[in-house]
Amino acid sequence: MVTIWMVVTITFFLMHAIPGGPFTREKALPPAVMKNIEERYHLNDPLWKQYTDYIQNLVRGDLGPSFKYQGVTVNQIIAESFPISAQLGLASLFIMLFVGLPAGIISALRQTKWQDHLAMSLATVGVAVPNFVVATLLMYIVGVKLGWLPTARWLSWQSVIMPSIALAGYYTAYVARLTRSSVLEVLQQDYIRTARAKGLPERVVVYKHALKNALIPIVTYLGPILAGILTGSFVIEKIFAIPGLGEHFVASIWNRDYTVILGVTVFYATLLVIVNLIVDILYCFIDPRIRLGK
Amino acid sequence: MADIPVSGIHEISKDKFTPLPARKKDIADISRPSVTYWGDAWRRLRQNKMAMLGMYTIIFIILLAILGPILSPHSYSDQFLDKQGLGPNNEHWFGTDSLGRDLFVRVLYGARISLAVGLVASLLNLTVGVLYGGIAGLAGGRVDNVMMRIVDMFYSIPLVLYVILMMVVIGPGLKSIFMALGLVYWLEMARVVRAQILTLKEQEFVMAARALGASQARILFRHLIPNCMGPIIITVSMNIPLAIFTEAFLSFLGLGVAIPMASWGVLASDALPAIRSYPHMLFFPAMAISVTMLAFNFLGDGLRDALDPRLRK
Repeated sequence: MVTIWMVVTITFFLMHAIPGGPFTREKALPPAVMKNIEERYHLNDPLWKQYTDYIQNLVRGDLGPSFKYQGVTVNQIIAESFPISAQLGLASLFIMLFVGLPAGIISALRQTKWQDHLAMSLATVGVAVPNFVVATLLMYIVGVKLGWLPTARWLSWQSVIMPSIALAGYYTAYVARLTRSSVLEVLQQDYIRTARAKGLPERVVVYKHALKNALIPIVTYLGPILAGILTGSFVIEKIFAIPGLGEHFVASIWNRDYTVILGVTVFYATLLVIVNLIVDILYCFIDPRIRLGK
Repeated sequence: MADIPVSGIHEISKDKFTPLPARKKDIADISRPSVTYWGDAWRRLRQNKMAMLGMYTIIFIILLAILGPILSPHSYSDQFLDKQGLGPNNEHWFGTDSLGRDLFVRVLYGARISLAVGLVASLLNLTVGVLYGGIAGLAGGRVDNVMMRIVDMFYSIPLVLYVILMMVVIGPGLKSIFMALGLVYWLEMARVVRAQILTLKEQEFVMAARALGASQARILFRHLIPNCMGPIIITVSMNIPLAIFTEAFLSFLGLGVAIPMASWGVLASDALPAIRSYPHMLFFPAMAISVTMLAFNFLGDGLRDALDPRLRK
């Protein structure tokens, strides 16, 4: 709660510290029109009143009207575009888990064999290449040259594939590296030796004893990973012209649509705080050694 | 048990012993010279081939960035209106862009900007982060608690979001990027330094310094921070590629440096609309970013292994 309040306050005052507003045009509007606009959006109220009004509305879940698009509220913009971003994000998480995790596990189990070297070289490249480069290269090769997948827009299920690969690229590589080192560490533990000593088949040792424990550190990284996917979506949605929340956020920066910038930032902050909370709770379930509270 | 004559000891006469010549060398000369922490780290780093490759690549990029634009006959804003969107050729090594500007020089200028951003942003976060973490760690107690809660709160939101907000407020441009990155990315450094200082300040040499009447500031700057240099260097080396990447990211979104300056993010974003006709416009800046990021990653990993062998994976 404190985090969200702090984000709201910082963003609010930052937005008001900017010289020029969304209604500043090259050709100045007549003073009367300007006055009406200010009246309507309460921009002529003292700053502290605007702030308390905003907080009051926020508590009721109202993020205010958009300055740029008349008659559209920030809530409508989020409600319209967030599902698209959420689909994209979930698809990326899916890729990350079903490619990154197995890659890490395989390269740990086949340490210093070719599978390990292949997976880890790919992961190193994956960590180094920025997502917008991956996205544009994919778009050029798969979309333009080969023509297999649509290059832009959000029309069919095929539109999800390329953006989510580009978005997931870095984190898939990251998860693969993390999983590998985590599995390697767990395999050296005494209880693994015990499990082997009592004659359990290797399959049971790996899947039942090693993996469960190796996954714990990866769960803690879910929060930062989600945050990264969120910011990554700004660029990816711009490249593929996907009408998601990230695209709206970037557009609102360009349009100086302060209520939208503020509203989307608050929305992101809330989302991340909730996710971090869920991760903390999840952590206690996975690792019984950790207890919530004191 | 039969009687075994105890013989031999008495039968060796004294003249069979000859004294060794007196030792000329002192013990200290025989033992190997003691290896310092930094010497040891440097030796470990040199053995790491990938890290050295990364380091040489970075030096090469730095040299190219400094000298390249001086040596090249073209400037980054010169337009050759008769040669728009040419592919790589003899005169223009990387080709020209859709406005007829030499791409090679523009990519080199991009390297200047990216490296400057990496350097300045990490210097800023070095000073802010080290001071903040140092003060929190040394002060301890309630001060530490409040300072670190603030860091935790910032940390729960993606830092890029703050950078974007900062850029919105102070407007696009190179200086804004330095400011925004420096003001936002010190959080990790503060955490690292504080954790180090919490353990270090309990040690005897700090007690000795205090007993000798050293001030808090002297203890912090002369005793504690020099002992944190290893983790600090590791954090900086991890932060430089992050800063470079963030600059490229911002420029790509149009929040970075202003035209006609060329950073890698700007070049990549410029190439996007023309990707069907001029794919080389994307390829070269993309390659430059990727190679630089790879080199810094290798060097960073190598430095981490060399400076803190316990962390080795």
